[in-house]
Amino acid sequence: MTTPNTDAALAASEAQNREFLVFSLGDEEYAIDILKVQEIRGYENVTRIANAPDFIKGVTNLRGVIVPIVDLRIKFRLDKVEYGGQTVVIVLNVGERIVGIVVDGVSDVMTLTPEQIKPAPEFGVTLSSDFLSGLGSLEDRMLVLVDIDKLLTSEEMALVESVGD
Amino acid sequence: MDITDFYDTFFEEADELLADMERHLLEIDVEEPDAEQLNAIFRAAHSIKGGAGTFGFDVLQTTTHLFENLLDHTRKGELTLRRDIVDTFLETKDMLHDQLDAYRNDEAPDQEAFARICRTLQQLAREEIGQELEAGAGTPPPAPPAPEPAPEPAAEPVEAEALEQGETRLVVSLLGVGDKDRALLVEELGQLGDLKAQEGDAACYRVTLETSVSSDDIEAVMCFIIEPDQLRIEHDGAPAAAGEAPAAAPEIGTDPNSAEAGSESGTDPDSVPDAKPKRDKPKAKKAKAGAGESSSIRVSVDKVDQIINLVGELIITQSMLDQTVSELDNVNHSGLHNGMNLLQRNARDLQEAVMSVRMVPMDYVFSRYPRLVRDLAGKLDKDIELVTEGESTELDKSLTERIIDPLTHLVRNSLDHGIESPEAREAAGKPRTGRLTLSAQHQGGNILIEVIDDGAGLDRDKLLAKARSSELPVSEAMSDDEVWQLIFAPGFSTAKEVSDVSGRGVGMDVVKRNIQAMGGHVEITSAKGRGTTTRIVLPLTLAILDGMSIKVGEEVFILPLSAVLESLQPAKDDLYAMAGDDVVLKVRDEYLPVVPVHEALDVTGARTELDETIAVIVQGEGRRYALLVDDLIGQQQVVVKNLETNYRKVPGVSAATILGDGSVALILDIADLHRLNRTKKEARRGPRAKLDTSTLTRKEVAPS
Repeated sequence: MTTPNTDAALAASEAQNREFLVFSLGDEEYAIDILKVQEIRGYENVTRIANAPDFIKGVTNLRGVIVPIVDLRIKFRLDKVEYGGQTVVIVLNVGERIVGIVVDGVSDVMTLTPEQIKPAPEFGVTLSSDFLSGLGSLEDRMLVLVDIDKLLTSEEMALVESVGD
Repeated sequence: MDITDFYDTFFEEADELLADMERHLLEIDVEEPDAEQLNAIFRAAHSIKGGAGTFGFDVLQTTTHLFENLLDHTRKGELTLRRDIVDTFLETKDMLHDQLDAYRNDEAPDQEAFARICRTLQQLAREEIGQELEAGAGTPPPAPPAPEPAPEPAAEPVEAEALEQGETRLVVSLLGVGDKDRALLVEELGQLGDLKAQEGDAACYRVTLETSVSSDDIEAVMCFIIEPDQLRIEHDGAPAAAGEAPAAAPEIGTDPNSAEAGSESGTDPDSVPDAKPKRDKPKAKKAKAGAGESSSIRVSVDKVDQIINLVGELIITQSMLDQTVSELDNVNHSGLHNGMNLLQRNARDLQEAVMSVRMVPMDYVFSRYPRLVRDLAGKLDKDIELVTEGESTELDKSLTERIIDPLTHLVRNSLDHGIESPEAREAAGKPRTGRLTLSAQHQGGNILIEVIDDGAGLDRDKLLAKARSSELPVSEAMSDDEVWQLIFAPGFSTAKEVSDVSGRGVGMDVVKRNIQAMGGHVEITSAKGRGTTTRIVLPLTLAILDGMSIKVGEEVFILPLSAVLESLQPAKDDLYAMAGDDVVLKVRDEYLPVVPVHEALDVTGARTELDETIAVIVQGEGRRYALLVDDLIGQQQVVVKNLETNYRKVPGVSAATILGDGSVALILDIADLHRLNRTKKEARRGPRAKLDTSTLTRKEVAPS
């Protein structure tokens, strides 16, 4: 009861602020919940897996753990998919699993207040709005907030054995 | 500290005691029971009773008490053992196990079963020794309308009388027991009787106790907390160290039966059995001491797995270093090279040592069959002798656990369908007693487990007829081996009627699937009239695999060496094209289907001219075929990594591993690769793909 009301309100709103890791795919900026991110590393030594969808690049050795690598650029049908020194893999903890996603680059970590997160409009076919947690507006930038948990465990990602199999 | 902390210790000990008891009951010769074995069984029941009493497991205590009394009469020769009595004893043992489980899960034991077993035991006592047993402490079961018990032989021992009226005064000395434990022990003693005095220090703490409980029971209770040699129990005034010169001690204190008998004395004096000096006491003491000095520790499998994983990492790091160092010249870096050699050797030794931790002897599996065979043989009215060989053969713990179910199926099948009734055996000129052999032995990197019976063998005609009626594709021209394989088809059973032992037809296909899931395979050989042998071949461990690395295009794959038969360079003359785009390879008068790895796994840049490739002849699920690869790289041990941990099952691939350069290589699944190749070919041919019959049949079976 000693805390002034204003401070409490501030603390409450701060608690609602969320931190996002911002990465780029082509010219677009996407963001994911930073708590899902385990580490960021370069793209190297990926072993191809036969008979898998094209956006699953294969598996790699992450300190003795076999981790699948998904190229989000292919998944999101970007025109230009190149692998170079700047190509980055974000290693994520999704549920009980570890998955790496290939992106063009990682820019920064942003804190968004609830007011800055706008609901996502109905989107195109390549990225269903089911997999978006909203759009973040930050001055003149727009961040597409991806619900990475939902996206990576979805059936169309073919990363998880579907129930019917 | 709470008394419940010791529950687990008690449950574990009781489990072991029950297992011992069962082993002895099964081994015992009814005609000429071995006194040592009878004593061992008695001791087991007695120790469990003691513990059950301490922890207040009334039902368990009452049951063991009744059981113990019967066993006591048995070992004194007052109750003559018969096969059906041993059966009752075994049943009691099962009941004890159930009760123990119930207590372990914090549930109330089944009262009905409890009442039933008490009635059975009491009836047995009445009929066999003409004596009424009291249920002792705890909830007494509904008393059966009992005939007047035969009166006891005239003179009741005086000591027993004395006991009935009062209690003995015991001095319990705790030697070198810490404060915490001591407080607990004193509290325990308080529950067993009246504490009269206590004095002393940590080195020797003396508690004087007036109790109706025997020193034996006190010892049994205390030994859950302290070592036997930390405890000395003396009768006040007549010092006699526990475990020494039991005959000299007054019978009262040493007769375990007297404890409850004393408390029940008001209602039924007849219940006091003859108080005789116990002669087995020093042995009991020895057995307990042996358990205390056990040189093994219990470690959770998770911890062991973690160590195995870490060692696997170490091996990978070591081979990465090795590769780098091998590029340096030997002259300037001889120290480094020597060091690497040493590291390599040590790492291998370490790996072997760690892997051996997971290994348990097959006895762990085999030991559960004597009981099963005995019970089933009784149920089926067959005489069956079980022989086990190679119990000490070691196998990975996770595999031993998974082999139990399939092996049980096979044993049941052999008993039910394999071995004939004694009459039929006699008519066939065979000994009346059938023989079932379970054997285990190492064979290279595999373990070979065999279930051998000398029964009627498989009937080729019957199998074929049955296969036709279930619309399986068969022909008279099939080889015996192929016919035997039919019994692994889903829904296939030749049993004339469904018995509760086996014959429902779901079973053998499950056996096969389970064994394949473990990376093994199963084969059957059979001779009509002479018996059937089922042979299971399993890898010793799932964590490490002897592999052959191959190259296709720029990609490296690992083949399990156990599946590789040979490799050769095919000549153009030996390759024959068949209908469609199938190709077969002729190897020594045998035509083998050809599976090019690059086609099955879509590898680009592979050699496509058939005679430039290398054919690796492989065998999986009894099917032999030729894999076409570009190059053989070499043989190596690889650490198997599960792909499904973070990804999913990949067709044609069983797992992955990490190569010396840190990259991932896929381990090919020989049987699945063949299937994959076929489905891909069918898909290329068009939409008229053949239906997957295996899943169809399975779906039909499921509801039954």
